[in-house]
Amino acid sequence: MIRLEKRKEPSKFWRIANPFLAVLLTMIAGGMMFAALGKDPVAAIRLIFFDPIFSETFASYSRPQLLIKSAPLILIAVGLAIGFKANIWNIGAEGQYIIGALFGAGVALAFFPAPGWHIFPLMVIAGAFGGFLWAMIPAILKTRFNTNEILVSLLLVYVAERILAAMALGLMRNPDQPGFPGSRDLRRYEAAYNAEIFAGTGIHWGVVAAMIAVIFAYVMMTRHMLGYHVQLAGQAPRAARFGGVSPARLVVICLGISGALAGLAGMFEVSGPGGQVRIEFASGYGFTAIIVAFLGRLNPFGIVLAGLLLGLTYIGGELSQMMLQIPGAAIQVFQGMLLFFLLALDFQTNYRIRLTKGARA
Amino acid sequence: MRQPLLRLEGLTKAYPGVLANDDISFQIGTGQIHALLGENGAGKSTLVKMIFGLVAPDKGQMILRDQPYAPAQPSEARQNGVAMVFQHFSLFDALDVAENVALGMENPPPLRDLAKRIRDVSEEYGLPLDPGRLVGELSAGERQRVEIVRCLLQDPKLLIMDEPTSVLTPQEVEILFRTLRQLSAEGTAILYISHKLEEIRALCDEATILRGGRKVATCDPSEKSARDLAELMVGQVLTPPERPAKPKGEVLLSVENLSLKSNNPFGTSLKEISFQLHAGEVLGIAGVAGNGQDELLLMLSGEIPSPAAQVTLKGQPIGQLGPNARRVRGLVTAPEERLGHAAAPDMSLTANALLSGAKRKTLVQNGFIDWKKTEAFAQSVIRKFDVRTPGSHVLARALSGGNLQKFVIGREIELAPDVIVVNQPTWGVDASAASFIRQALLDLANAGAGVLVISQDLDELIEIADSFAALNEGRLTAVRPAKGLTVEAIGLMMGGAGDMQPAHEAAE
Repeated sequence: MIRLEKRKEPSKFWRIANPFLAVLLTMIAGGMMFAALGKDPVAAIRLIFFDPIFSETFASYSRPQLLIKSAPLILIAVGLAIGFKANIWNIGAEGQYIIGALFGAGVALAFFPAPGWHIFPLMVIAGAFGGFLWAMIPAILKTRFNTNEILVSLLLVYVAERILAAMALGLMRNPDQPGFPGSRDLRRYEAAYNAEIFAGTGIHWGVVAAMIAVIFAYVMMTRHMLGYHVQLAGQAPRAARFGGVSPARLVVICLGISGALAGLAGMFEVSGPGGQVRIEFASGYGFTAIIVAFLGRLNPFGIVLAGLLLGLTYIGGELSQMMLQIPGAAIQVFQGMLLFFLLALDFQTNYRIRLTKGARA
Repeated sequence: MRQPLLRLEGLTKAYPGVLANDDISFQIGTGQIHALLGENGAGKSTLVKMIFGLVAPDKGQMILRDQPYAPAQPSEARQNGVAMVFQHFSLFDALDVAENVALGMENPPPLRDLAKRIRDVSEEYGLPLDPGRLVGELSAGERQRVEIVRCLLQDPKLLIMDEPTSVLTPQEVEILFRTLRQLSAEGTAILYISHKLEEIRALCDEATILRGGRKVATCDPSEKSARDLAELMVGQVLTPPERPAKPKGEVLLSVENLSLKSNNPFGTSLKEISFQLHAGEVLGIAGVAGNGQDELLLMLSGEIPSPAAQVTLKGQPIGQLGPNARRVRGLVTAPEERLGHAAAPDMSLTANALLSGAKRKTLVQNGFIDWKKTEAFAQSVIRKFDVRTPGSHVLARALSGGNLQKFVIGREIELAPDVIVVNQPTWGVDASAASFIRQALLDLANAGAGVLVISQDLDELIEIADSFAALNEGRLTAVRPAKGLTVEAIGLMMGGAGDMQPAHEAAE
């Protein structure tokens, strides 16, 4: 007979071990999926997890890509994790990412083609502000009317996607190429281009911003009263009130921080790797970042590792699509599995599985 | 001498690091009400768990009706006529009384027959209970009846009750005692675990006292004073709190004609509350649970704001201020619920010291936490208030109730407040810790602070309060001097729970 026992304290060992175990299980289950699709599972897993970094053929292109893909994931996930710790669930980072990109690109397009060092910093501020503004909609609705921030923030993703499409086809369309949807290419506008800081490394300003965000988040969560209040509100809401935490204020702060960081990520993407406002600009970073936040145990440094791993699956997914004709959706299934296994495994952080002899009943 | 029902011989049980029970022997007679007394951690629960088949002893044996008795699990204990009512109920809110009772039985009869039997048994023993009502709608006392009736349906020879009165009003306690005496007269033995000494003296035929896992005495509790029993329990001489007579000081805290809606849909709204608390005064507020105690505390702590001018501290309006602003001005509070309200369960004691100490102890500068200073503060509370714990890094939820209470009250007292408001300061706390906490509150009052104690423990209030008021359905009676008040007078102030009387009288 199998019995479940609640642990007196959550197991520290499993908290650390589970993400690794989840990756392993995902590889196994993913391999089975690839085998069912008629592909060589070992080759596919190799292509996704190892070749982007270690293969001589692909690494020169893939290695810099790793940071380019991981930076927005880390930047968004760091912000989300703060809210998640306080039990404030921003599921709409994708929408805030889009609006941040539109605000940033909007500033750039407004100044085009003027030169000037001030343009890029203005875009950074605008991007963060755009994401912040979009996140304030669920925040204010929650504090005023007690709506559910999960639903509101999620549904606003689809609104943001409509706005993106409207912008790409209308207001922000490149006037020099009216036949094509999409804005001017910001990579060709020097004052607005978020270029690589060190050529060939993939390190652009978004990577720098992600690292700064990680350090700030760590200091805030461990040393600052705000981080203390966030944890208090998440763990014991009544004790938080006793400690003088205003729940409404915390909702605004947490959604604000995560929205601003998601907006920043969008802005760095549209001005650099993405290049222009296009209908297909949004690539799911805002959703994948949720997986990154959980896989990283809501810890800023854990999120760096998790972000790199999920970034790897993006690149490896593209590679496997190219080399083995594995469908693009398979990689989303893959990422989904990772979260699924992690959440399932986390059960044993709080519970112990005991095998008992069946005879006694 | 009664015929022995259960004899324990040299029961010993060790857990890693502690000897929970060390060579314990005593016997319970048929129909006897036998008290098991001891501080928290004295080994009462381990002993009871062995009798109920939840834990197997390492050494020693039990003899039930001249037969060796070694239950491997609770169902075996039940088959042998041993039943137990736990301190924490295991009931499902969404099911009705009969369904809950059926879930706890080995072979439940059809629900309709069961409902009839529940009604019969509950009437026979003066425990009115409607089998069709949802458990979620019942009061704590009624829930306990469900557990008791569940046991009685199995026709037990030995009924174990773990701290049964901790959730009951004085009136409900009376009803319970009558039931227990009736059971005893019919030949059912009762093993009654408690550390409420007056109750034990009133109810029990014999008492076995445990301390540190060993039996220290078996005696007739009615022949000992409560103080003797307490001293046997803690193994040291207890000094009753000292209270030098003193004149009333200036008014520190004043509430004027305040009505406030509860923030909880099942709560009790406060209605036209007025009182004044003076420097050096201990004001006791009595009342049956759920008559607005929680709301009163939340209103004073600042967790529920009130019209500014109706709550004043040293003449300044504070009604609109939040908890931290009130702490800065000298008003601190300790809520009843330790885990989850006064302390965050999954945080360390250090982090919990920060919870209310942040501002008054300047543990935070420019928003950054001085963890070293916070840890020192936590350790000073642990040291001064004798909190038994390996260190300030331990999670709050790992502490026993009494130890955590000492920490919480100690934390607030260490803030050197002008006014302290505590709700149920010694609830579930053992005798020595309780007298320690009371003395600390009195010391604070003697040093010139105003102390407001909300409590359901009348003995406690009589012991420490200078003046007295009672809450009843959200209304507060006028404040009266405690001197000369009898328990009966206080009972009248509390309004009583008259609706429970007739059922019992009808059953008699």
